[in-house]
Amino acid sequence: MSKALEMIAKRDKAQLGFWLYLMTDCMLFTSLFATYMILRHSTNGGPGGSELFSMSFVLVETLILLTSSYVCGLANLAIHNGRRKEFVWYLGATIALGIAFLTMELTEFGKLITEGNGPQASAFLSAFFTLVGTHGLHITIGLVWAAVLIWALYRQGRHEDILRKFSLFAVFWHFLDIVWIFIFTIVYVMGVK
Amino acid sequence: MQKTREYRRQQLRYAYAYVLAGALSIAVYALTVSSTFTDTAFAVIVLAAAALQLYIQSRYFLHLDDKEAPRWRLWSYAFTWFTLLIIAVGSIWIMGHLNYNMGMSPEQMDQYMNSQSLKGF
Amino acid sequence: MDWHWLFGRLDWSYLPHEPITLGAAIGMPLTLVAIAAALTYFKKWGYLWREWITTVDAKRIGIMYGSVAIIMLIRGVFDALMIRSQTALGGPGGSQLFSTDTYQQVFTSHGVIMIFFVAMGLMFALFNIAVPLMIGTRDVAFPFLNAVSFWLFFAGMILVNGSLIFGGFSIGGWLGYPPLTELQYSPGPGVDYWIWSLQIAGIGSLLSGINFFVTILKHRAPGMTFMRMPIFVWSVLVTTVLIMIAFPMLTASLALLSLDRLMGMHFFTSMGGGNPMMYINLIWAWGHPEVYILVMPAFGVFSEVVATFSRKKLFGYKTMVIALVGIMFFSFVVWQHHFFTMGSGADVNAFFGIMTMIIAIPTGVKLFNWLFTMYRGRISFASPMVWFMCFAVTFTIGGVTGVLMAVPAIDFQVHNTLFLVAHFHNVIIGGVVFGYLAAITYWFPKMFGFRLHEGLGKAAAYFWQVGFLLAFMPLYALGLMGAVRRLDSYSDPSWTPFFIVSAVGVVFVGAGIACQVLQIAYSVWKRKTLRAGGDPWDGRTLEWSVPSPAPFYNYAVIPKVSRVDEWWYQKQDGIKAPKDSDYKDIVMPKNTAFGFVIGMTAFAFSGALIWHIWWLVIVTFIAVVAMIIMRTMDDFTEYTIPAAEVMKMDKEARA
Repeated sequence: MSKALEMIAKRDKAQLGFWLYLMTDCMLFTSLFATYMILRHSTNGGPGGSELFSMSFVLVETLILLTSSYVCGLANLAIHNGRRKEFVWYLGATIALGIAFLTMELTEFGKLITEGNGPQASAFLSAFFTLVGTHGLHITIGLVWAAVLIWALYRQGRHEDILRKFSLFAVFWHFLDIVWIFIFTIVYVMGVK
Repeated sequence: MQKTREYRRQQLRYAYAYVLAGALSIAVYALTVSSTFTDTAFAVIVLAAAALQLYIQSRYFLHLDDKEAPRWRLWSYAFTWFTLLIIAVGSIWIMGHLNYNMGMSPEQMDQYMNSQSLKGF
Repeated sequence: MDWHWLFGRLDWSYLPHEPITLGAAIGMPLTLVAIAAALTYFKKWGYLWREWITTVDAKRIGIMYGSVAIIMLIRGVFDALMIRSQTALGGPGGSQLFSTDTYQQVFTSHGVIMIFFVAMGLMFALFNIAVPLMIGTRDVAFPFLNAVSFWLFFAGMILVNGSLIFGGFSIGGWLGYPPLTELQYSPGPGVDYWIWSLQIAGIGSLLSGINFFVTILKHRAPGMTFMRMPIFVWSVLVTTVLIMIAFPMLTASLALLSLDRLMGMHFFTSMGGGNPMMYINLIWAWGHPEVYILVMPAFGVFSEVVATFSRKKLFGYKTMVIALVGIMFFSFVVWQHHFFTMGSGADVNAFFGIMTMIIAIPTGVKLFNWLFTMYRGRISFASPMVWFMCFAVTFTIGGVTGVLMAVPAIDFQVHNTLFLVAHFHNVIIGGVVFGYLAAITYWFPKMFGFRLHEGLGKAAAYFWQVGFLLAFMPLYALGLMGAVRRLDSYSDPSWTPFFIVSAVGVVFVGAGIACQVLQIAYSVWKRKTLRAGGDPWDGRTLEWSVPSPAPFYNYAVIPKVSRVDEWWYQKQDGIKAPKDSDYKDIVMPKNTAFGFVIGMTAFAFSGALIWHIWWLVIVTFIAVVAMIIMRTMDDFTEYTIPAAEVMKMDKEARA
């Protein structure tokens, strides 16, 4: 097989394998969502979602993450069209917005914990922190991954390798925004009502 | 020139999806803070909005459409959603019935469980 | 000086006190020291490192999985012997051989070892040994990930066995139901050992599931469409789908329980709003697919064995595929039958009960297809076929007791009694164990170049069969008489004779295993007389077209496939040796130490969590992340063998 065909086959396999991993991640989140939905009223006498969630705060978070996903898509487009400079800018924006999102989320967590509404306070809060926290953990891993990608770029890695690795990251990042749709809807929107 | 036009066209597609998805999120937010609807109607609308946004992001960000996506992506996505719904809905059905048969509200369940475990062996 | 920050809660008081556990705690390290001494004396460390520890060759990884599984089988059966000795003597006025605490650890570790390390271990052994060869490729899709999976499995194994030395194992049963496994009732390290050995091994399993699914999808030989694959490969494909969907739910359940224990959360605690029943729901959503994960490859093995030893095409290829896919779909909608009695009510129970009964139908179709394959075949009763005969009878009995319990009203009577215990051992031993043991005999020559001694193999099968009947048929009766599971003593004297017969059964099973160990030792000793060529069974599928032992590159020239049982028809048409121009350069993955190191770091990470050594948790976590990043930065993970050298090696092998 020629080298080019081999590289495409390698990329194809990597994308399939990674996509399947994301599907397993879906099942992980499903378990956490199911647990959250069962436990959401078990507040142990303490406050529930309607008392604790700030919808305007969450909306800002949501839009930041959405923008991050959008900009990541633009980065994906850029590198597939060989536009390296644009790619770096868009990837940088993705990371910056991701950091902004994470900061907001950590602030929210910090506030809850210092007010005595940490994950140990009730089953509802355990489920909330774990579900949203697992998403946040995935975001963190994504940010570390993006940083490593920038380093790989700096090391003048092979274009095909960078393309393959970034395409996996992009899928990962879009997937995290999709999970967030459901956190936004099921945890915050339905929790506040 | 052709390549740049095609590139711009694809960029625009992303932009459309972004604006749509953002508008949907803002709309749901507006609905939430206005407290116009009752519980069931509200849940239905909000879940429908989530489903729509799932479609937008899956199709335009993840490129899960007929032309671009390899078949295995679509099929594995569909199958995952299928099992996911079985597990989620099934769990809620099972656990919901459990709680119903216990005949108590969640607060009463909490109290009951607490008092039982305090009794010790 | 306060050393607690360095060692967490690790303490000399956690060493075992009882004679039997103390014996194991001393015996195991001594055995390891003896092995290390032997390796040093025979100067084999280099060989071990180069050829086994750093390998990414699926065949070698498969052999390692199988070796670990068989060693763990011996420990698991020893646990069984302990359990049955206790119950035989545990009647009214009887004696207590082990403390209740030890007894609980024994039945817990028995279940954990048998399911996660014997059954899953043998399963992955077979995947690695047979799948690449059967689809006509050189290795799996992600060889490095394959090695990582094995070493994570190995790390889990060390954790389970290490608990014998320090801290003791969980007392919560193989599934660890809360609130018994919560901090309030199990404050010690036992449950944590259980959580992390399963969690780490589980991640390995999940990665393997992805690996083999991609391998089957992308690495099939040219011309091998889906409907031309061997049925074993189909069974693996379907199994990997189940693995990918189900294992994340195990990961989630264990993670939530560990959050309860490590961070004081309230998912399943009895206070604070927790719901222990949610754990049961979630873990059985994994647990039910898990048992189909275990048994479907065994079904696949029998499809190959029955066709080969009846010298006849498998009956009903299409319906076999449909049955496998049907079982796959249905295994997702039956999980509630494991807790009919938990109180979901009649509607829920009825739905899941009906689904459970439906799933027996495709299984029955498969059984009949095997029988129809045998009909008018030219049957040779080699030991794999003997295993099939044992399976056909045993698994059927177990299957029908399962359909019996699918009726919720009946299940209310027998749930968690020895009737249930008899049922699941019936299907697991009859299906999974007999299938995998048949597979070992069947594919052993392909891996090692010589056959296993037939006489001892058949003796083993008969011992297992008789042993199974003696050990478990009484349990059906006991269950109906009201004996619940996990008892170490009881007050009804009429139960004692049944327990004694059961204990005798375990001895017979032990004799069967002894035959198998003897079989391996004897066969190694007599390997020259037992030498096997590439095709010792006159097989039908592609793996028999390469020399035995299979060369590390599997196929010098990738075969072209045009029908099912390609090799069988190639033999009829006349085998053509490859032309010189057919040989091409081969790209193979390089060996690497990363798999082993990541696995051992995962072990250290788990140990740190179990013993609350927080600094080590951070260090090992960062180390694993760093190693993963380093590996992804490595652009030179493959090497090329030039065509001329391939041709030379192949011609030598064929000579």
